[in-house]
Amino acid sequence: MFSRLLALLIKELLAALKDPKARVVLIVPPIVQTLLFAFAVTLEVSNMTVAVYDRDHGYWSQQLIAHVAASQTFTEVLSVNNSAQLEQVLDEQKAIAVLSFAQDFSKNITAQNPAQVQILLDGRKSNSAQIVAGYLQQIIEDFNRSIKPPMQGQALLVERHWFNPNLNFKWFTLPSLVAILSTLVALLVTAMSVAREREMGTFEQLLVSPLRPTEILIGKASAALLIAMVEASVIFVVARVVFQVPFEGSLLLLYGSMAIFLLSIIGIGLFISSLSMTQQQGILGAFTFMAPAVVLSGFATPIENMPDWLQQVTAANPLRWFLVIVRGLFLKGMPAADVLENCWPMLLIAVVTLSAAAILFRKRME
Amino acid sequence: MNSSLLRISALIAKESRQILRDPSSILIAFVLPAILLMLFGYGINMDAQHVPLGVALESDAPAAQRLMQTFNATRYFEITTAADRRELTPLLTEGKVRGLIVIPGDFANRLATGSSPVLVITDGSETNTANFVRNYSAGVLNIWQYSEAAQLGQQHLPPVQAETRFWYNPEQLSRNNLIPGSIAVIMAIVGTLLTSLVVAREWERGTMEALLSTPVTPFELLISKAVPYFVLGFCSLLGAVAVVVFIFQVPYRGSLFALTLAGGTFLLCALGQGLLISTATKNQFVASQAALVSGFLPAFLLSGFIFDINSMPWLIRQLTHIIPARYLVTNLQTLFLVGDIWAVILPNILFLLIIAALFLRLTLRKTPSRLEHH
Repeated sequence: MFSRLLALLIKELLAALKDPKARVVLIVPPIVQTLLFAFAVTLEVSNMTVAVYDRDHGYWSQQLIAHVAASQTFTEVLSVNNSAQLEQVLDEQKAIAVLSFAQDFSKNITAQNPAQVQILLDGRKSNSAQIVAGYLQQIIEDFNRSIKPPMQGQALLVERHWFNPNLNFKWFTLPSLVAILSTLVALLVTAMSVAREREMGTFEQLLVSPLRPTEILIGKASAALLIAMVEASVIFVVARVVFQVPFEGSLLLLYGSMAIFLLSIIGIGLFISSLSMTQQQGILGAFTFMAPAVVLSGFATPIENMPDWLQQVTAANPLRWFLVIVRGLFLKGMPAADVLENCWPMLLIAVVTLSAAAILFRKRME
Repeated sequence: MNSSLLRISALIAKESRQILRDPSSILIAFVLPAILLMLFGYGINMDAQHVPLGVALESDAPAAQRLMQTFNATRYFEITTAADRRELTPLLTEGKVRGLIVIPGDFANRLATGSSPVLVITDGSETNTANFVRNYSAGVLNIWQYSEAAQLGQQHLPPVQAETRFWYNPEQLSRNNLIPGSIAVIMAIVGTLLTSLVVAREWERGTMEALLSTPVTPFELLISKAVPYFVLGFCSLLGAVAVVVFIFQVPYRGSLFALTLAGGTFLLCALGQGLLISTATKNQFVASQAALVSGFLPAFLLSGFIFDINSMPWLIRQLTHIIPARYLVTNLQTLFLVGDIWAVILPNILFLLIIAALFLRLTLRKTPSRLEHH
């Protein structure tokens, strides 16, 4: 039995890796994607242009503008001279925000009256605009402190960011990529494997061999598991070595939970594979699963923000659980108990999808 | 010329009949966008509300109580309180709260003599949420400061106060810009997928040889393939816009004319990309895979739909210039939320036309004008 399984495993690995085109598809895109995603996927804000509408032209408005210009976030400070121009820079996206000073801005500061400054933002880019608003407010807070040391009764915000002190977005992206790209690989290897055998005519050969359907499936599953684990390890090394992302947790927990996670994905892939008659249906099926799985995983936007009914749906998405684990293990050194808490839903999904694939496959073989 | 027109119209009729007969094109043009639109519309949302937040109230002074109340009153946070920060820190590691506010034990004493720190600890592993927690905590602290100053006197206020206004989207609903942007991503998939199979199909079925042996020129062939799918893609786009306006209630402030121009030029690019893939691969399987990879991923990641292009490194910023979806995302966001701002829309349309011309030119070059010997 074991020698049969081993032979099958080797056959599956050869089938996946021997064809040079297939090898390229498995090796090149994940590495290109890792680099592309790591640099492109950022909700940080930089290289922004801000405009100022200074009706005051006084000492204090110039001081505040100098503070803004000195910030790393803003690479360019435009100035506008009337409200028509102000409207134009925002409408035409020449600047993401305009600071508008009233005529009496400096006079009020000198007289120790509250001085107003308006921050007008381009709501078309609502996330960037909100972050820019936060930065500008921070600059104003610092400015306030520099011109008037806090008197009695002032509370000062002191911020600490745990697990990622500089809020480096790559520390968020790369652990997620270990999960997302290994999903993609596991799915691609499995989703077309049965259809390929069918199209190439090797399916009949398998049917006449002494192998039982379950053994064939185990062979396919373990080959996919092995390939996906290796890919995940490559991305893991890239994250640690190239991008210097810290890893605080236990490797054993990472690989243990990864195996459960990948098995649940492989179950889905084999199910799609048994269902589809052609490779093309297989790839469309894989895409049909992949797009919702990524959108509903908490990768692009947090699950907490989704409507309640959709949050319920995400519970069936194995990627959602594994993302919590990889991020937790990378950055937080997540303890075993918390990892296990996120493992059992994946285990449940794996059992369901693998047995569904087995039942369907056995039916197709008859 | 007259016979050329005749040939083109005959081919268009043939292609249209094929579209109507094969349900897969209709599925790709109408069912796929509807599903993706629902998915993006409900699944992608940056508006954090009810973010779980721990407040460690280590001081029992009235001012500290009032600060805690202010945190409790905002709809952005869902508060868990404790008397000691150590009770709350495990929740942060488990991800049960996204931030901690620590009001220290000597809060009142330090306020009386000057200023007291209020500590905000965020879960940096959720980087964007951490930014949100920091910014909104600062906002809450400001609100509290004002109400305290009302009792103590105005000189306790900071000298400069900022008033923030979000133009075009005053309630800062992220869906108002994400959903129009998602139309661009969806149309990139639909447009590319629609045409990526059409030429490859002719090759696989052996009907390409039959077509090549007729007097049809490659240009006529290309036009006849493009026109029916353009009409289909455009109906799909209008349907998507209608869903966004009527079901998701996103305001539309531009004109239909501008939408036609912006959408039409984009479709030319997407269909051109599909035709090029189809012609170059001659294989339906490779073509559909190439269409998904080249249509979906760049449009999702490099179009500025979620991730701001300005913030990307220089090299990737340059790369985004050849991604058609980038121009449609900006155009749609502008048309939906601002209106017909031609200074934004026209240059984008121009870029789209250049890219479309490039794709069609390359496709033409790859189409053999007659059968070759193998």
